[in-house]
Amino acid sequence: MTVTDAPRIITARLEHDDSHTLERYLATGGYEGLRKALSMTPEDVAREVDAVSLLGRGGAGFPAGRKWSMLRKAPTAYLVVNGDESEPATFKDHLLIERDPHQLIEGVVIAAYAIQAARVFLYVRGEFALGLERVTSALNDAYEHGAVGNDIFGSGFSVDVVVHPGAGAYICGEETALLESLEGKRGFPRIKPPYFPAAVGLYGEPTVVNNVETLSNLPWVMVHGSEAFTALGAGRSTGTRLFALAGHVRNPGVYEVEMVKTTFRDLIYAPELGGGIPEDRELKAIIPGGVSAPWFGPQHLDMPLGQDEVGDAGSMLGSGSVVVMDDSTCVVRAAWRITRFFWRESCGQCTPCREGSGWLEKVLRRIEDGVGRASDIDLLMDVCDNLAPGVSWPPQQTTICVLGPSIPSSIASGIRMFRDEFLVHVKDGGCPYA
Amino acid sequence: MTPAGAGHLTPEVVAEAREILDLYPHRRSALIPICHLAQRQDGWLRPEAVTEIAELVGITPAEVIGTASFYEMLRTTPVGTYVISVCTNIACMLRGAYELLEHAEQSLGVRAGATTEDGEFTLEEAECIADCGRAPCLQVNHRFVGDVTAESFDQLVDDLRHDRRHDDIPSHGTLVRVRRQGGLRVDEATVRAERDAAAAAMAERAAAASGGQHGAGTTTSGSAS
Repeated sequence: MTVTDAPRIITARLEHDDSHTLERYLATGGYEGLRKALSMTPEDVAREVDAVSLLGRGGAGFPAGRKWSMLRKAPTAYLVVNGDESEPATFKDHLLIERDPHQLIEGVVIAAYAIQAARVFLYVRGEFALGLERVTSALNDAYEHGAVGNDIFGSGFSVDVVVHPGAGAYICGEETALLESLEGKRGFPRIKPPYFPAAVGLYGEPTVVNNVETLSNLPWVMVHGSEAFTALGAGRSTGTRLFALAGHVRNPGVYEVEMVKTTFRDLIYAPELGGGIPEDRELKAIIPGGVSAPWFGPQHLDMPLGQDEVGDAGSMLGSGSVVVMDDSTCVVRAAWRITRFFWRESCGQCTPCREGSGWLEKVLRRIEDGVGRASDIDLLMDVCDNLAPGVSWPPQQTTICVLGPSIPSSIASGIRMFRDEFLVHVKDGGCPYA
Repeated sequence: MTPAGAGHLTPEVVAEAREILDLYPHRRSALIPICHLAQRQDGWLRPEAVTEIAELVGITPAEVIGTASFYEMLRTTPVGTYVISVCTNIACMLRGAYELLEHAEQSLGVRAGATTEDGEFTLEEAECIADCGRAPCLQVNHRFVGDVTAESFDQLVDDLRHDRRHDDIPSHGTLVRVRRQGGLRVDEATVRAERDAAAAAMAERAAAASGGQHGAGTTTSGSAS
């Protein structure tokens, strides 16, 4: 088990306690990437980002450069930054916003220049009170420093950045819901098509929506060049990526590791990373990529942390979160808690999601509480089938957004991998782990 | 009708709300940030505040409530001075969050979702608050507290009760204590001029590039024929 000696691209500065200040940022090469970008044409900056195959770090993994190229023929209206990190067990953007806000702002201005955005809205999850304070302070300093505002660094490019606080709603991480929220409405995802905000975005204008981690990579890419980035990782999964490791590990936390060259086993067991499972208990299951993702088992430990590799194996790298569950975990309870989350967070627009999530939660709850019926396991799969026909991966779409069809993932994983455990709950009239 | 600013919201809040309104091309975008401001003043969205917010933003009070009620953080009923949100989502649950919540309920003497009789504490069961590296974790008025044990929870409550955490945990409703310095700096005319110039330059470069490609293509076909 080896952890590669890849450079840390977006977390290098975090070893300093004052990583969020302009002084530390400038002392560690801050805003050099922006100066370099401003010396190039916007098209060349966009081409450089296209060349690095920077897969979006928000969840869907859509290449950042391609999102931009949809607009490259003309200046665009808005750049919207998705900092509404709320996928359960995902806590990397929280770190980047709080600990290195200047890196984010620099990435934001580089992106704004590449697509010639007229204005930037930085949507930050409302619950990140300290993050909002840090990024607001950093923005004030960045204006003062000449890195945002009029005639940035004397380049003739001007752009304003506005920090916008959210107010607590998981669904606003979905980019069209985020745009609705930014327009001052309920966070209801928009009906597709149009599929991309590049066509119809904020206030109906062409808009690019990029994730915090995605944009935080840009300063380094500008300084070191796309080849230094693509030298890391393999295939489409280039560079490094942040993984938020949580659950039953000795050292939960956010780790920046080289993509593909690092495996789940490295992440969970390497002493300098997860450090293994406490009390040397056995691994039962892994939830890769957020709670919408189908689970993996111990047989997947040597799977590389690559978007296509994990996708081909029937799950997803998603938001870069990895939840470890050891052999003391009740999978019925885990599936119930995840389903309860979706039920609470369903926006309520579409019937399969609004009703299905509630029914699934109730049935899982009664199985866990020992009052389930033998037929409940088939009933769960039947309701899952109504949400995502065939209960396949990636799920079939029955609703406006992907929240609803993602709900069956944990339940189907639990039943397929541990059907006996569900049956024992029913047969014995209670949870064997309680 | 009472003009906005002459009523419930203080002149300071109204002045700050007007600054926020100026940051957006459409007034309604300022709705959620202004609701946060009103909560800073009152701790929750009082009906009087809702009426004035509606006037400021240019929508009806029903539309304000219709939007605000969608969001967990915007409160249309009163809450305690300190809202304690204990995360019980998967990462925290695996590390004892429900046991912690049960302890919190006993310790405060209220069930999750309720407020203590003295109006000091509202206890809530929260969805993932993105601090899973320090699970089980909670927020007090959206300030993070991680690696919480039964003992550290009781200490926290004691500190809050005796005003010992005032510096890092303001009362409920105060979200961001840092204010944006100055409004938009780039005026409309500059934006338009720069964008027009950029569009022209991009078109020129695109024409030059396709012209070059066209030229190369001609040469190739020429040599082939």
